[in-house]
Amino acid sequence: MKGIIENFDLFAPKLVDKEEYYSSGHRACQGCGEALAIRLMAKALGKDTVVTNATGCMEVTATPYPTTAWKLPWVHVAFPNSASVGAGVESALKVLRRKGKIADRDVKVVSIGGDGGSFDIGFQAISGAMERGHNMIYIVYDNEAYMNTGIQRSGGTPFGASTTTRPAGKESVGNTTWKKNMAEIMVAHRVPYVATACHSYPFDFMNKVKKARKVNGPAFIHCLAVCPTGWRCPSDVCIKMGRLAVETGVFPLYEVEDGKYKMTIEMPKKLRPIEDYLKPQGRFRHLKPAEIEIFKGMAMLEYNKVLERIKHSKSWSEMMKS
Amino acid sequence: MTEKKWPETWQNVNPGLMIFKPASSRSYLTGGWRAQKPVYDNTKCIKCGVCYLFCPEACITEDAEGFFTADLNYCKGCGICYHECWPRAIKMVED
Amino acid sequence: MSKRIGMEIAMAAAEAVALCRPDVIAAYPITPNTHIPEHLAEIVADGHLDCEYIAVESEHSALSACTGASAAGARVFTATSSQGLLYMYEIVPIVPSMRLPVIMCLGNRAISGPINIWNDHSDYMCVRDLGWISMFASNGQETIDMCIQAFKIGEHADVMLPVLVNLDGFQLTHVVEAMMMPDQEEVDKFLPPRKPFAAIHPDNVVSMGTLGLPDIYNEAKKANDEALINSKKVILEVWKEWEKMFGRKYEPIMSYKAKDADVVMLTMGSMGETAQVAIDELRKEGFKAGLLDLKLYRPFPADELKKALKGVKNLIVIDRAVMSGGAAAPVCAEVKSVMYDDPNRPVITNDIIGLGGRDVRVEDFKKIFKKAAAAKPERAYEIYGVRG
Repeated sequence: MKGIIENFDLFAPKLVDKEEYYSSGHRACQGCGEALAIRLMAKALGKDTVVTNATGCMEVTATPYPTTAWKLPWVHVAFPNSASVGAGVESALKVLRRKGKIADRDVKVVSIGGDGGSFDIGFQAISGAMERGHNMIYIVYDNEAYMNTGIQRSGGTPFGASTTTRPAGKESVGNTTWKKNMAEIMVAHRVPYVATACHSYPFDFMNKVKKARKVNGPAFIHCLAVCPTGWRCPSDVCIKMGRLAVETGVFPLYEVEDGKYKMTIEMPKKLRPIEDYLKPQGRFRHLKPAEIEIFKGMAMLEYNKVLERIKHSKSWSEMMKS
Repeated sequence: MTEKKWPETWQNVNPGLMIFKPASSRSYLTGGWRAQKPVYDNTKCIKCGVCYLFCPEACITEDAEGFFTADLNYCKGCGICYHECWPRAIKMVED
Repeated sequence: MSKRIGMEIAMAAAEAVALCRPDVIAAYPITPNTHIPEHLAEIVADGHLDCEYIAVESEHSALSACTGASAAGARVFTATSSQGLLYMYEIVPIVPSMRLPVIMCLGNRAISGPINIWNDHSDYMCVRDLGWISMFASNGQETIDMCIQAFKIGEHADVMLPVLVNLDGFQLTHVVEAMMMPDQEEVDKFLPPRKPFAAIHPDNVVSMGTLGLPDIYNEAKKANDEALINSKKVILEVWKEWEKMFGRKYEPIMSYKAKDADVVMLTMGSMGETAQVAIDELRKEGFKAGLLDLKLYRPFPADELKKALKGVKNLIVIDRAVMSGGAAAPVCAEVKSVMYDDPNRPVITNDIIGLGGRDVRVEDFKKIFKKAAAAKPERAYEIYGVRG
């Protein structure tokens, strides 16, 4: 039997918006977790949304001229600037609405990018846009490497993962550092709503997207996206891998609202063994037991940090009082 | 607006390569990519819709009776629906 | 009614831009153009302009935000120089390829290596081939006029391209001049609100910035090249309209005593005014010198150049940038290319002057004129005044 099944009504998939804002015919790999995540995000956002997209898998597979998979207004400019393009669109929509040049109703700006276009090359743009307080959501689809250009290492690659620029070899364990904690970085930017999510928990993800949409200011969602091609696992276990990442504590699902941390998917007292997560993935195949221990240590550090914060964090509104 | 012929001439190309037809990717049938296809056993199906929810291609739809089928024009044969169907109502067969 | 004002040209440029009612301004400060975004911020802060001013964290984000805002249908403006332009370089060709009007003021400053904040044209020369309509202002009045004209030209339904207005850093940006500043009513009459061809909004769903595979890229590039070339028609129309409204004439190449000159000099930017003083002095001495002031650089006015050089025997092209390792300096290379097929083309000398803000003096131009009159050039190009 599968591990934790999230608390959803078994028939809830039938209540989801039937409209497909991200349609079939896109050229993503079979079993692409990121494509699924984007499809779910678009359903949660609805039609009064504008999407800015960084260069990456999702951009090239969705919009080769003359066809587009998007049913939402969409703009792509370059690799590092999804957030700054989003900031520009947000400001334009704000002022045009104020001047009466466009319809007087809320249109949400959502900027998306991969871990490449967000953790690394796009970091500056996100930092600036979130810090300036634009009314927009930034969602990073983290498949833990620069997948579109052929699985190169990124700031989101975990310890021990073999990528083409930090491959495992006789003298190398693969990547030697842990992922950048983007959620923590965004909380440090005082973003009012920050959350981690995964497509394997679709209702948790969609609820977070809906919550982020309601914020009148910046919101940030870090969504883990399984890439069977890059993680070197069969395409049918895509959803399962996401579940294992959460159940082993490698990628806990939580949200930070006004600075207060809360776990959104209940975690058991005893986490599932990390080997269950590492074994099915070819990119970790080379890891020796001692190296798996290092991986475990790094993952548990981040997990325990989250638990600590959940225990001790106070909301910012509370902390603003002297 | 008349249908443009592909490949377009430079005079015909949309300014800035903008695309004005949403969801036009449906003209590209990705079904040719697959090596296996999902087959539904409706005696086991409990009509939960999980397969519909998890399909990255958005190609699974509900029929009038509430059962589900994959649109084989687009199905890439990834097997996610088969893996996630917990009553085991879906089988992947070679295609 | 236009008013005669005395103001630092950068601030006057900001005032002129404000009159155009931009919707979004995203700019990052860099010497010497800083006063333009600063003064615009003051104008917005005092409530004189209803505009979203994004104090972006880098020039790359400045142009990215402007692109996004233009895609959403707003009228946008940014300003930068030198290294800032190089930092936004990745986005510079993308803007015209998406057919989005963005107006940029470039305070011409030398590009680094060695770092130098003073005036030359090397920053513009990095972007000349990337698809922006480009004009060069020679003084404060032209700066104001070109800033306002740029919005009308770029946003025109037959153009839909970004426009770059060049003004020499420090030589123009930080100089106080007397200028005629139009008033809001005149500008509103000349410049109606922007009517975008397409805008990012759910009421009309469009995908912009799509992938151009090899089977369509050539056609996309040709379409854009034609759009830039054909924009000259609109530029000339807008200039005619400007002349009618404000009495000031603009042409792609304007002549100062070049008709009967024995030696003609071609310049761009503020150094042309220094050349005019040199020409007056030379004429007093009996030397028939003349000037051609190149105002429109992209699309390159080949026809106007051929016409202006008819009968000219001796031409000096003054560049203010180096084309490292190239056959000539940038403007001269282009002039030679245009004149190649003309059997009566003039003898062309190429002098590069004023790099990195080195002072360009009247005596320098007089020396250059006399040298060109005396003998044919020995080398393809010469950096004037280098010690050693």
